[in-house]
Amino acid sequence: MSSSETLSVEEQLAAGQSDDGIVRAADGTPLKARLAKALRREKLRSFLMISPLLLFIVFSFLLPIGDMLFRSVENQIVQNTLPTVVEELERWDPASGELPDEETFAALAKDLKVAVEERIHTRLGSRLNYEESGFSGLFRTTGRAVKKMESGPYKAQFIEADKDWGELRTWVILDSFKAPYTSGYFLSAVDAENTAEGVQMKPENERIYLQLFMRTLWMSLAITFMCLLLGYPVAYLLAQLPARTSNLLMILVLLPFWTSLLVRTSAWKVLLQGQGVINDILVWIGIVDDASRLVLINNQLGTIIAMTHILLPFMILPLYSVMKTISPSYVRAAKSMGANDWTAFWKVYFPQSVPGIGAGAILVFILAIGYYITPALVGGTSGIFISNRIAFHISTSLNWGLAAALGAILLVLVLLLFYIYDKIVGIDNVKLG
Amino acid sequence: MLREWRRMSNTRGASVVFDGVQKSYDGENLVVKNLNLDIAQGEFLTMLGPSGSGKTTCLMMLAGFEPATHGEIYLNGNPINNVPPHKRGIGMVFQNYALFPHMSVAENLAFPLKVRGMGKSESEDRIKRALEMVELGEFGSRRPAQLSGGQQQRVAVARALVFDPELVLMDEPLGALDKQLREQMQYEIKHIHDNLGVTVVYVTHDQTEALTMSDRVAVFNDGIIQQLSPPDVLYESPDNSFVAQFIGENNKLAGSVVEINKDICTVKLDDGTLVKADPVNVHNVGDRTSVSLRPERIEVAPDNSPNNLVDGKIEEMIYLGDHIRVRMNVAGNNEFIVKVRNRRDKRPISAGDVVKVGWDAADAKALDEAV
Ligand SMILES: Nc1ncnc2c1ncn2[C@@H]1O[C@H](COP(=O)(O)OP(=O)(O)OP(=O)(O)O)[C@@H](O)[C@H]1O
Ligand SMILES: [Mg+2]
Repeated sequence: MSSSETLSVEEQLAAGQSDDGIVRAADGTPLKARLAKALRREKLRSFLMISPLLLFIVFSFLLPIGDMLFRSVENQIVQNTLPTVVEELERWDPASGELPDEETFAALAKDLKVAVEERIHTRLGSRLNYEESGFSGLFRTTGRAVKKMESGPYKAQFIEADKDWGELRTWVILDSFKAPYTSGYFLSAVDAENTAEGVQMKPENERIYLQLFMRTLWMSLAITFMCLLLGYPVAYLLAQLPARTSNLLMILVLLPFWTSLLVRTSAWKVLLQGQGVINDILVWIGIVDDASRLVLINNQLGTIIAMTHILLPFMILPLYSVMKTISPSYVRAAKSMGANDWTAFWKVYFPQSVPGIGAGAILVFILAIGYYITPALVGGTSGIFISNRIAFHISTSLNWGLAAALGAILLVLVLLLFYIYDKIVGIDNVKLG
Repeated sequence: MLREWRRMSNTRGASVVFDGVQKSYDGENLVVKNLNLDIAQGEFLTMLGPSGSGKTTCLMMLAGFEPATHGEIYLNGNPINNVPPHKRGIGMVFQNYALFPHMSVAENLAFPLKVRGMGKSESEDRIKRALEMVELGEFGSRRPAQLSGGQQQRVAVARALVFDPELVLMDEPLGALDKQLREQMQYEIKHIHDNLGVTVVYVTHDQTEALTMSDRVAVFNDGIIQQLSPPDVLYESPDNSFVAQFIGENNKLAGSVVEINKDICTVKLDDGTLVKADPVNVHNVGDRTSVSLRPERIEVAPDNSPNNLVDGKIEEMIYLGDHIRVRMNVAGNNEFIVKVRNRRDKRPISAGDVVKVGWDAADAKALDEAV
């Protein structure tokens, strides 16, 4: 048994140890509880200090994002506009190959009359039009015709009003979007769709998003790589120079931040276009023929060039601040032991600069993958990113559900990449200075 | 272990010659002014001097990291000004150790062997022995950050020696250690040197370190070697008042020469007292001089009659166990320190007493005027 048996209670208290193994404070309360109590005030204070920012983030960031993500699956419009039809469709089996029965058409007439009264049937039309073009027109014409439908049978009258009602596909789509929540937006976002035979990829010529995601990914990687390639030597040089000179040169690195992003991007337009400065010089030197001027803009090359330039400082700064902390004595030590310049750099200096590469690469990649203005201005059609498509759906086509789904996929993708990065490089291995 | 290491390695110390070496960083000021220095094979030479005196610069020129502005450096008789650092084969221990943080201790030691293309089994053998030499056999797999300062220091020494350099440079390797550890490491480094026979050039600004470890000490000041001597000579016969001042404790009495012979001179101190001294650095009657006296060479109320005997007023006494440190006013110098041995038959003295103090003329060095 433990030696505590031989100690009196007072002695145990004095030793801070009781026979149940709990460490106690001088007054007998468990030490853990005392500590928690002491820390609680501290925690409360810290919480109060961050609470303004927390509230700001919740209302300006988390709630809108949550709402946006919710929109990517939300689909109550069908149920709200055609409640009886949705009920009747429960009995219908789309795989049967037959149109729904007369009762369903009667329900459609009843629901549509109400909807036309409330003028909400066109809204449903444009919603379903995202899934299949033609729905918008279908609901508009039917909306006019349904006012005149006095009594049944309705089926023939509907097909008479618009022959699409006699198409199986129309009903399959209506059926698959009757639920209040839908995977439809997400399917569209990966170029798939719901058909009578289940989920299928869209026809080859209608696919755009997967390709766009891939392009966004590889171009962001290419930009990150270019920034590293160009930024590493610059950061290295800055870190080697005496403080006076390096501070001066650092201003040059930061200079782009002083001008507007729009101005910098437009400047690239001037430089890169067919009749632009770079082509003019190349033609003048004679490297390029006047008839076959290089296409440097409105394609992927243009996007990569302009974005590499814009994101370069985000690579140089973390690299520089990490390199600054690497004492020159390491490389000297390596050389004194017989390593030549390259070995000393590669085996001793470079590994110690990896945290800077990690930080710079993450920063540039994350910024690049969501970049919008520059690809829109210099990317043409082949050099745009997924974010440009998202912006299009938000502000032009008003298909917010699809925009939300695309955004959600992008978010998951980035988190996934973060995870992989953490597994390979280790997130601890990232240092901003 | 050390003897085994020595048998295995064919180390013999290298010789180094600095021939009229000058160095300037900015093209305006000479940081090293005309350095001439012969370092013998297997010697332990220490560069000692105040901060900014050019010690590190000399080391860096020898290692090849800084080019000499003028003059030539020879290693084993061969000029090395145009040999890049990695081909000089000089081991180096840096002030902050410069252990590679991303490698384990064993990988650190393997580095110089790997760049030399040494086979795996031989290099493992050597690493093991080198770690055992510095008594860190168990620590091979640790990262440098997981070691204490003293352990890191020993790894740095092992790494500088593992590839059998003929010459090892150490730039204030013990600067960051506490006193006790430092003394222990001084002993260990000295021990390794004695056993391996490698030439060591050691930089420090700790004079005790320099005196206890070195075969010879080069005292630097202002880019010039003030004196190059074995430790005892340095202490007992300083060449000039900077060295006397810098090494050990020292009483100085300012005055001017009134009479000079070959090995004795008479100095009239500024208060009019006449003292006899050894003319080290004075040549003519009328020269200003600073007479330098070690505190332990002065006797209070001497039994015999030394050739210098003056009055001193005791200002303060500090009991230090083995001796008593007495501060007195002698010939107008208020900071005159005398160390009185703690003997049983000592005469009682106390602050305020006026006593006779005496010393031998040979112990009083008439040097250049102190600045
Ligand atoms: N890279 C450099 N550029 C310009 N001046 C330098 C450089 N390195 C050293 N100096 C100057 O040279 C002089 C000698 O420096 P050095 O480092 O050799 O001194 P030290 O004797 O090693 O001093 P410490 O004991 O403080 O290490 C100093 O005045 C210093 O300011
Ligand atoms: Mg130094």
